[in-house]
Amino acid sequence: MPIPPARIVVEDLHKTYRIATRAATSPRPWPFARRAWRTIEALRGVSFVIEPGTITGLIGPNGAGKSTAIKILSGILRPSAGHVSVGGLVPWADRIRHVGRIGVVFGQRSQLWWDLPVEGGFALLRDIYRVPPDRYRARRDRLVDTLGLRDILDQPVRQLSLGQRMRAELAAALLHAPPLLILDEPTIGLDAPSKLAVRAFVQELNRTEGTTVLLTTHDMHDIEALAGRVIVIGHGRVLADSPFETLRATTLSGRRLTAEFDGPAPPLLLPDGVTPLSQGGQVLELGFDPARIAAADLIRALASAADMHGVVLSDVSITRPSIEEVISRFYERHGAAG
Amino acid sequence: MSGLSLWLRYARASLAGQVRYPGAFALQMAGHFATTLLAFAGIWILFRRFGSLHGWTVGQVALFYGLVNIEFAIAEMAGRGFEIFGDAFLRTGEFDRILLRPRWTVLQVLGHQFRLRPLARLAQGAAILALGLAATPVRPALFTAPMLAWAVGGGVAFFLGVLIGQAALSFRTLESLEIVNVLTYGGVEAGQYPFDLYAGWFRVLMTWIAPLGAVTYYPVLAILDHPGVPPPAIAPLAPGLGYLFLGAMLLYWQSAVRRHASSGS
Repeated sequence: MPIPPARIVVEDLHKTYRIATRAATSPRPWPFARRAWRTIEALRGVSFVIEPGTITGLIGPNGAGKSTAIKILSGILRPSAGHVSVGGLVPWADRIRHVGRIGVVFGQRSQLWWDLPVEGGFALLRDIYRVPPDRYRARRDRLVDTLGLRDILDQPVRQLSLGQRMRAELAAALLHAPPLLILDEPTIGLDAPSKLAVRAFVQELNRTEGTTVLLTTHDMHDIEALAGRVIVIGHGRVLADSPFETLRATTLSGRRLTAEFDGPAPPLLLPDGVTPLSQGGQVLELGFDPARIAAADLIRALASAADMHGVVLSDVSITRPSIEEVISRFYERHGAAG
Repeated sequence: MSGLSLWLRYARASLAGQVRYPGAFALQMAGHFATTLLAFAGIWILFRRFGSLHGWTVGQVALFYGLVNIEFAIAEMAGRGFEIFGDAFLRTGEFDRILLRPRWTVLQVLGHQFRLRPLARLAQGAAILALGLAATPVRPALFTAPMLAWAVGGGVAFFLGVLIGQAALSFRTLESLEIVNVLTYGGVEAGQYPFDLYAGWFRVLMTWIAPLGAVTYYPVLAILDHPGVPPPAIAPLAPGLGYLFLGAMLLYWQSAVRRHASSGS
């Protein structure tokens, strides 16, 4: 029987940790020393709704509360206050039923058994998740084919490269066909082809099976490639919740123009909406706001300035700010830089 | 798939890893067998010198010795995950992985490792118990055999309970608590001798709080039909305390897991 799609509702989530700090000045020996407690507010009122079949990125600087949120959604941590429902279940209250319906991949931690061959780990997971044998075989064969695991099935997990292991982890998390897949930094440490393979697979899974995906990452290219929507968390709060393009437009809408000349760059009276970024020899870098000056007008101005000084504008390139720049600008603006 | 068959699957997977280097494994077993055998040789030499101890013959002491070693060996084979819980699961964050799987935490930790090493202790305990049974008059097999099985079950429950309690405590300390070894390894040492050698308070403590005596001393009294306290009619019930102890430790474990989910790691 197919498991119902998982709609995630998170309402006013709070999580406060109490951390014991042993009082260094206590006159009493350790077991009798009065403990000093420090409270850390990891989450202070986080709310969002995720619709089934979507891919959502959860991002934020280190220590922002992402991991806490992921742990609560996975059912392994209980919040201090607030409400969560995943497909109608409260994760921490109904842990066993809840975790039977989700797949989780931690980029930094293996879900597989180090000493077992990949296939042996899969078989153990089949029994843990009570997947019926015929459904298991069909499912495993499909995952093995799409993720290209055929050649490593009989290798112990410890012998796999990180890229191979991550593909095996993805398959392991999906053997029981969960409607929700939680990925916590799934591309960390991977080389470029492995990253692309992971992204393509997740995209394909979402498209063909309608799997809901929740993803945390520090690699903004993951977000750009996968997530239609980003939730930015900082200081335990939701700082932004929008399509990534909206975030880009409201944070760093400017363009960067690099002009090359066949001689020394000519002096230029800068039109409105243009800021000099750097100038050196034959290359000139400008920032401009396309809402205030059209690229064509700026290039025309550059070309005529070159003409007047007897040089030729030989090359022009216009780039958008990199996604990393957008995000770090956003963190800075909210004082959320890690 | 039921809990038991899943545990057997775990055990098979764990065994496959352990016998990968058969030579090293055989040496390890032989060494382990020799060390535990030396312990009994010590007792035997003691009896050779003094004849009997507090009215107990060496054959009777062999029953205590064999029984407690069988009990502990079986508990150790299955309960290794709990024994190393603090270091292997909490400090490493492995416990999160357990919580992410739709099965009872106890079953998964039991399945973490099925250890073969205690087989040496088990074989030796069984051999010495058999010797003791041959050398000592006991009640008829129809009574003795089921009584021993019931006692071994209670003893395995007791020692597993100690290991589970130790693991539950380590949620507070994040380390496997060596002090609990007083009850495991120390318990095996204490259980090898008849309990009436010990001070009264110790006997009470080790019968009613941590019911080691209830799974070693009293069941042996029962099969010996030995006059003592409690009377042999009640003594057969004693191993039940071992099962109750395991039940109490499981409740403690559950509450510790719940508290862990609230406090975070």
